[in-house]
Amino acid sequence: MLRDITLGQYYPVDSVLHRLDPRTKLFGTLVYIVTLFIADHILAYIAAAVFLTAAIRLSRVPVKFMVRGLKAVVFLLLISVSFNLFLTPGRPIFTIGFLKMTWEGVEIAAFMSIRLVFLVMGSTLLTLTTTPNQLTDGLERSLGFLKKVGVPVHEVSMMMSIALRFIPILVEETDKIMKAQMARGADFESGNLIQRAKAMVPLLVPLFISAFRRATDLAMAMEARCYRGGEGRTKMKPLHYERRDRMTYLVYLLYFALCVAIRFL
Amino acid sequence: MAIEVKHLDHRYGEGTIFEQYALKNVTLTIADGEFIGLIGHTGSGKSTLTQHLNGLLKATSGDILYNGESIYAEGYSMKELRGRVGLVFQYPEHQLFETDVFTDVCFGPKNLGLSEEEIKRRAAEALALVGLDESFYKQSPFELSGGQKRRAAIAGVLAMKPEVLILDEPTAGLDPRGRDDILGLVARLHEEQGMTVILVSHSMEDVARYVSRLVVMNRGEKVFDGTPREVFRHYKQLEKMGLAAPQITYVVHALRERGIAIDEDIMTVEEARDAILALWRKNA
Repeated sequence: MLRDITLGQYYPVDSVLHRLDPRTKLFGTLVYIVTLFIADHILAYIAAAVFLTAAIRLSRVPVKFMVRGLKAVVFLLLISVSFNLFLTPGRPIFTIGFLKMTWEGVEIAAFMSIRLVFLVMGSTLLTLTTTPNQLTDGLERSLGFLKKVGVPVHEVSMMMSIALRFIPILVEETDKIMKAQMARGADFESGNLIQRAKAMVPLLVPLFISAFRRATDLAMAMEARCYRGGEGRTKMKPLHYERRDRMTYLVYLLYFALCVAIRFL
Repeated sequence: MAIEVKHLDHRYGEGTIFEQYALKNVTLTIADGEFIGLIGHTGSGKSTLTQHLNGLLKATSGDILYNGESIYAEGYSMKELRGRVGLVFQYPEHQLFETDVFTDVCFGPKNLGLSEEEIKRRAAEALALVGLDESFYKQSPFELSGGQKRRAAIAGVLAMKPEVLILDEPTAGLDPRGRDDILGLVARLHEEQGMTVILVSHSMEDVARYVSRLVVMNRGEKVFDGTPREVFRHYKQLEKMGLAAPQITYVVHALRERGIAIDEDIMTVEEARDAILALWRKNA
């Protein structure tokens, strides 16, 4: 069940998208998110859908694998959809008590959910095609200018990459502890909210302990290999842009221009 | 007839590149009171198989019968099954969570919905079985030594009074003394309590001394099933799977190759010693 969380997981196949410079992909994701938020017309959503579909096809990651990642946001999606459906003023479709469903609500809810689904799929695609190491390398380089104002960019990106790297490990660990407690008759699925929260204790305590143990072990292992932060640290694989990256930036520019045009025309 | 496993298949990640068979057409019958060693290399499916036996994992296809009843039948109580088929995970001390040892051991029986009195009685009994006396009851489980932690965790499963006890690599990460303690404890549980025991391991030496039957898994399939003597005759094939017969098996086979008529089924150093002495006396 927990294996279904695809956010933060890398899908190892060889594709154009996998080979792109991580900075290119980061920037692309940013552009994509911005266009989703300025979109206010169905054409803009179609453009975004085309862009996303093309990216997914190019990534060679099975769509099934991506859709599974959406399960995690279904709950959020349901809440936002129901709020939008019933709490948007406008022409009513029907009313139940104080709840009034409106045409405007349906429209907003539809666009909102498309936006959210696209958003999650877009960012999932980034992590599916980029290893955590590449991702942080890209972030570190892209945000390098912040160093000048005293932001410890390297340290922050190192923390981020460790956090990302630990997601699957902790997920697996959670799965294991859950099973171990279920083998002792623990029940995580039934009962009311308070009972369920209480049932989490046998899961959370061992999980915290193991997370801290892993953290100290990792810190020790890093220090044993003379890690001392970003100062004077060189890269084994320095990032540099290729032709395909420049082409991709061109695609971004065109896509972005299109979305802006749709917005303002 | 306690557990019958019928044509069990388990596949992970269907439809992605991660897809793989964890179990492939495994058929196995485990009778009451048996002491079975389940052996296999890392990733051979042995742990996956054990997690099917108490319903933690559901098979992709195939069936498991417990005392004649299919555990996949509608309305079959998984909770009850888990009370009867106790599973001790690898590094079980990682699942300890309570403030003191006694309360932690009470967790299992409490989940079975027993009376307060019965819970306490069972916890005390289980702790006595693993050799932790009353001075440990009020200690934090996190302050115990490695071996003690593991015994406390095993007590946590024993307190449910399972009919079948499955232990997944119970000696992993222990020093030789801790290892002998745990294996001795398991053997005692089998003899004195009459429990059916399944011992999962990748170490032949560990299990050869105790079990009466060996099941060898490789790449999700059951490859050998028989007495340790029968299985160790295939020591060349075992090697190909990344397993090894006990060292003494190699000595015995080397002797036989040199034309010394020693029994090929010798499994322990003591047996080998006696056999060699007997041969030597006869020739002298």
